Amino acid sequence: MNRTGSGIRLSRRDFLAGAGLGTGMLLMGWGCAQRSAAQPWQVLTDPEARLLEAMTEQIIPADQDPGARDAGCIHFIDRQLAGFYRTHVETYRQGLIGVDQTSQVLYGKDFLACAWDEQTEVMKRLESGQAQGAIWQEISSRQFFNLVRDHTMQAFYGSPRHGGNRHYVSYRMLGLDYPQIVGQNRYRDI
Amino acid sequence: MANKHVNAIVVGAGAGGGVVAKELSEAGLTVVLFERGRWQDYEDHDHDELISQRITALGNAFGPDNERYRRVAQRGDKWVTVPPNEWAYNNNAACMGGGTLSYGAMAWRFMPQDFRMKSTYGELAGSTLADWPLTYEDLEPYYEKAEWEIGVSGDDSQNPFAPPRRKPQPMPPFPFNTEGRVLKAAALRLGYHPFPLPMLRNSVSYGGRPKCRRCRHCVGFACAVNAKCGTQNTVIPQALATGNCEVRTQSVVAEILFDDRGRATGVAYFDAQDQGQIQTADLVVVAGSATESARLLLNSKHRLFPQGAGNNHDWVGRNLQGHAYTGAYGLFPEVMYDDIGAGATVGLCDFNHGNEGLKGGGMLANEFIRLPYLFTDRRPPGSARWGLAHKDFQRRQFKHLTSVKGPVQEMPVFDARVEIDPVVKDHWGIPVARLSGSRHEHDVEIGHFLADKAEQLLKEAGATQTWKAPPGMGLSGGQHQAGTCRMGDDPATSVTNRYGQLHEIDNLFVADGSLHVTNGGFNPVLTIMALGYWVSDYIKKEWQSSRLRS
Ligand SMILES: Cc1cc2nc3c(=O)[nH]c(=O)nc-3n(C[C@H](O)[C@H](O)[C@H](O)COP(=O)(O)OP(=O)(O)OC[C@H]3O[C@@H](n4cnc5c(N)ncnc54)[C@H](O)[C@@H]3O)c2cc1C
Ligand code: SF4
Repeated sequence: MNRTGSGIRLSRRDFLAGAGLGTGMLLMGWGCAQRSAAQPWQVLTDPEARLLEAMTEQIIPADQDPGARDAGCIHFIDRQLAGFYRTHVETYRQGLIGVDQTSQVLYGKDFLACAWDEQTEVMKRLESGQAQGAIWQEISSRQFFNLVRDHTMQAFYGSPRHGGNRHYVSYRMLGLDYPQIVGQNRYRDI
Repeated sequence: MANKHVNAIVVGAGAGGGVVAKELSEAGLTVVLFERGRWQDYEDHDHDELISQRITALGNAFGPDNERYRRVAQRGDKWVTVPPNEWAYNNNAACMGGGTLSYGAMAWRFMPQDFRMKSTYGELAGSTLADWPLTYEDLEPYYEKAEWEIGVSGDDSQNPFAPPRRKPQPMPPFPFNTEGRVLKAAALRLGYHPFPLPMLRNSVSYGGRPKCRRCRHCVGFACAVNAKCGTQNTVIPQALATGNCEVRTQSVVAEILFDDRGRATGVAYFDAQDQGQIQTADLVVVAGSATESARLLLNSKHRLFPQGAGNNHDWVGRNLQGHAYTGAYGLFPEVMYDDIGAGATVGLCDFNHGNEGLKGGGMLANEFIRLPYLFTDRRPPGSARWGLAHKDFQRRQFKHLTSVKGPVQEMPVFDARVEIDPVVKDHWGIPVARLSGSRHEHDVEIGHFLADKAEQLLKEAGATQTWKAPPGMGLSGGQHQAGTCRMGDDPATSVTNRYGQLHEIDNLFVADGSLHVTNGGFNPVLTIMALGYWVSDYIKKEWQSSRLRS
């Protein structure tokens, strides 16, 4: 698979980004709500969000099933950074600068300008803790990688109410019926 | 306005405290039951895996919260402050019902040997291994009471290692799911003795509540249909129905108060509005779970016990135990996942005792259902942690993985302990618990032995790839925390007598997992409930003879 970072599905399906995405809304099925064109991020800047989204897509790439980008993992992370993960905001800010530093050292260009395989290589360097870049003298690239990795997994495989796993994509992939409704599906008498 | 004096204060509305509140209020004592958490149910977090009591990525579903609570833990040679959703906090829960609102609800009786570990196995260097001051026979009627009053399904007659009992469990066992059927057949081929797991869940309607729907979300969640039996939907409502018991939720007990002679007179607490208050009583029962009960005693000082209540011999907070979880995973060609909850259905006690060269062991059972996020870390060693390979494993293997696990009965360690941190305080200014120490290496040895057995069972059952998950040496405690206010006959080497009464303070009791001398090779909650009844019986007798009235 050799796709450029910026070339991955530019036409993202729009969706409702805000809080309070109720079950009723979700039951309406695929792509039914429009996001306002206004700034969608609570914490991240637009360039940060695009870079981070490309990283999440590396962690869970699209194949026959949707990937992190389709699932809206970036929205999960942004929303948590404004809430439960607020203590991680600085780490994200620094870490994202570090990611570009590493890709500059390796390929002479920013992460988003790298080809898919080049991005993968940057990710591997981060994971190994051996990434080059000034920021990584201050914080551990491995810890930052693990943070993004864990948050992406939570976003993709957790409940859609937190902003990720849009339209239950991961549950569909695993073949799990959701939501479980009292009186229906799993709550039938057995 | 001052609070009205009552006969008894119970601190903590969990497994132990819920039982005590009911027993004492039914006996006619006036009771205030303090709980720092609140009434919670399924509606609070429904099926949200990221905010449950098993996965706490976005917080503990059933308390405590990250805003107001802290503990201090040892990391290398440093002390670090940790919030409640982090592993090192060693959490159980903070809500009405305590751990019993969201637990997995396995309902084990300990075996007779579990109360006599030192007599059975002798001394062990580096461990404070000892016998309990009571026997299985002493506790048997109280186990029975817990099973019938709170509600247990199971059939011990299928377990040849089960301890003797007078009455069967009140509800029939749950049928096996796919994993249970496959593992049972394999266990029989290996000459083991598999049986359906005992559960504090309604296999038939019981206690005015419906039968279990066998959903995917049980352990870590509150039950959507109220079929899981905790203290919050059994004994606590019964306590309230007597008219003698008042529950005070969102009320954090900071300190036990004493008179000149060192007898308990009541507690100081912070109410739901964070206002400091006093409640007086004739007697106080502490049931805040092993870490918090120890913290409360240590924070309650007096001229006669300057190091904390019951702590003149430095045993409060010591011997913190939990369970070193061990086991193995197996990938099967067939679909093993059938979406029939709670998932764990089959167990065996072939390896609890009598293992060559080992002091004890533990039961083995198939695991509760693994939800999608939890599953992201269930990988054979060396597997991809991200990328297409990781995603593909998730997709292909989610329904093909089965796990057999069990709790190693741990060897108590004196230096595995709860202390009071000299610096860090919680939201109310109460000094927090500080945790330090580690497991005994023998736990790890037993863990490897059991992991081998689990792996062998999975292979026999048809797993084509298997790997083991033995425990490490880290500090124990967590959901199965116990041992910090050990009961014993000798005041120099224990905190309470065999009835949970502090050796040094006759109207102060402990009634939770803290009392455990050893923690069994089983999940502990039924034993904690039984001890709740046992301690209550003693208090009621003492009350009758009026020794406890002030
Ligand atoms: C997800 C999960 C799964 C589990 N599965 C099982 C299982 O399958 N089988 C099993 O046997 N066990 C299981 N357990 C463990 C079981 O729940 C505990 O062993 C049991 O609840 C401990 O009882 P306790 O009375 O010691 O404490 P708890 O039940 O924790 O109750 C203590 C209560 O005291 C309150 N409290 C503490 N300090 C104060 C204070 N100062 N002021 C006011 N209130 C206070 C706490 O908020 C808490 O509600 C599980 C636990 C969890 C969380
Ligand atoms: S498995 Fe049964 S007891 Fe557990 S939560 Fe589901 S319905 Fe309730």
